[in-house]
Amino acid sequence: MSRRVDPAGFRRTSRRELLKLLPVAALGAFAIPSLQEKVLGWGLAFSDRVSGGVFRPEHLAPVFADSEVAPFEKFPINGYDVDDPGVDLDNWTLTVSGDVKKPGEYKLSQIQALPRMRQNTRHVCVEGWNVIGRFGGARLSDFLDLIGADPTARFVAVNCADDYYESLDMATARHPQTLLCYEMYDRPLSREHGAPLRLNIPTKVGYKQAKYITDFKVTSLVEKVGYWEDQGYSSFYGL
Amino acid sequence: MSASAVEIVRDLGKEEAAPMATAVYEHPLAVRVCHWLNAVSLFVMAGSGLQIFRAFPSFGAKIPQKNLMDWPKSLAIGGWLGGALQWHLTFMWIYIATGLIYLGYQILSGNYRQVLFVKRDLPGVWPMVRHYFFFGPKPPQAEAYNPLQKHAYTTVIGLGVLSVVTGLAIWKPVQLSWLTWLMGGYGMARLWHFVVMWAMIGFVFGHLVMVALHGWNNFVSMLTGWKKETIKAK
Repeated sequence: MSRRVDPAGFRRTSRRELLKLLPVAALGAFAIPSLQEKVLGWGLAFSDRVSGGVFRPEHLAPVFADSEVAPFEKFPINGYDVDDPGVDLDNWTLTVSGDVKKPGEYKLSQIQALPRMRQNTRHVCVEGWNVIGRFGGARLSDFLDLIGADPTARFVAVNCADDYYESLDMATARHPQTLLCYEMYDRPLSREHGAPLRLNIPTKVGYKQAKYITDFKVTSLVEKVGYWEDQGYSSFYGL
Repeated sequence: MSASAVEIVRDLGKEEAAPMATAVYEHPLAVRVCHWLNAVSLFVMAGSGLQIFRAFPSFGAKIPQKNLMDWPKSLAIGGWLGGALQWHLTFMWIYIATGLIYLGYQILSGNYRQVLFVKRDLPGVWPMVRHYFFFGPKPPQAEAYNPLQKHAYTTVIGLGVLSVVTGLAIWKPVQLSWLTWLMGGYGMARLWHFVVMWAMIGFVFGHLVMVALHGWNNFVSMLTGWKKETIKAK
């Protein structure tokens, strides 16, 4: 409805109404270089919190029929990986430490003695591609029981033969589909795919599924979260 | 005429010669705040989304990789995948909250009625298209928003909802596996998300052209709420 306005009053009203938009200017924080990193960090941390909140330990990632699995040659090897960190397969052991009753060196045969799971699951890379692969190994939760891990510990942290490292929240570590993976496509891991041991975690993004694992620590204090997380990527990144 | 009578007539003449101003209150504060928050958010979401897309600019397999396009880094936000994800995963909350507040306000205030496209508006779309694009006659304006505007402003809300839904299917393909399945799988969800973004960019382009064509006073009404109409006295 048209209203007659006196120009001076209209200017006052316009100014007042414009000032009411000031909250929008708060977005300017993102444009200020010194504040930008901080507010983006808050945003990422919030997203991680929500991700942690919607994670359901009993919810399984989709599994696929053998016919839906991509051929082995089509399972990508990410270019960032050093595909030969010089692992001595004959003498390799997993060094277990932290809040566990039985720390020390574990041979691959001990891990292979645990019940073997095989699963066709989707691997999702942060880059945007995905591939359905076939993975085999021991349940990480079975291994945690084997080493007598403290049930109240919050994280599993792994180090790798190259300069990679990762950590996992305990709820995901104990998820039934999280594997200490030593097989792909029913054959022992090839060198490029992380021989002799990698993580397979269908409920997490690809970069959390570390290859060439050499050290395994159960802890509630993680300083270095992960190779990519410490460069600004999401820490929880549950799918 | 006496001197004083001439003065009175002269003064009256001056008053009537000056233009009378009227104004219409068009946009409530909630609509304006949401509009500008969303304008910035959508810009950041699209910009950072395109940088994310650059990391794997394909909707096919990784091996062999066939890129759909090489989107320039200069037209993206974030600088690299890690940076872009920070922008995208931060602004998505502002984007979603703004959308919910806008929808909530429109529904609770009843204000939605003037902008929601309904069946009754269908016959009026073509005459508006003909007027805007093919030099057709200007149809009589019966309501605050013409049928083509209603169509645009209703569709874009649908697109906004789809952008969030497809985004969630990509972000949580395990926890929301049913949603990702509904989209046709992870790869398809990513494609729909991309397509919806382009549809929204198309809307923004058309919207900006219309804003430019409808003058300064109309633009200002999205800042102050009031659209000044200046009528010259006879």
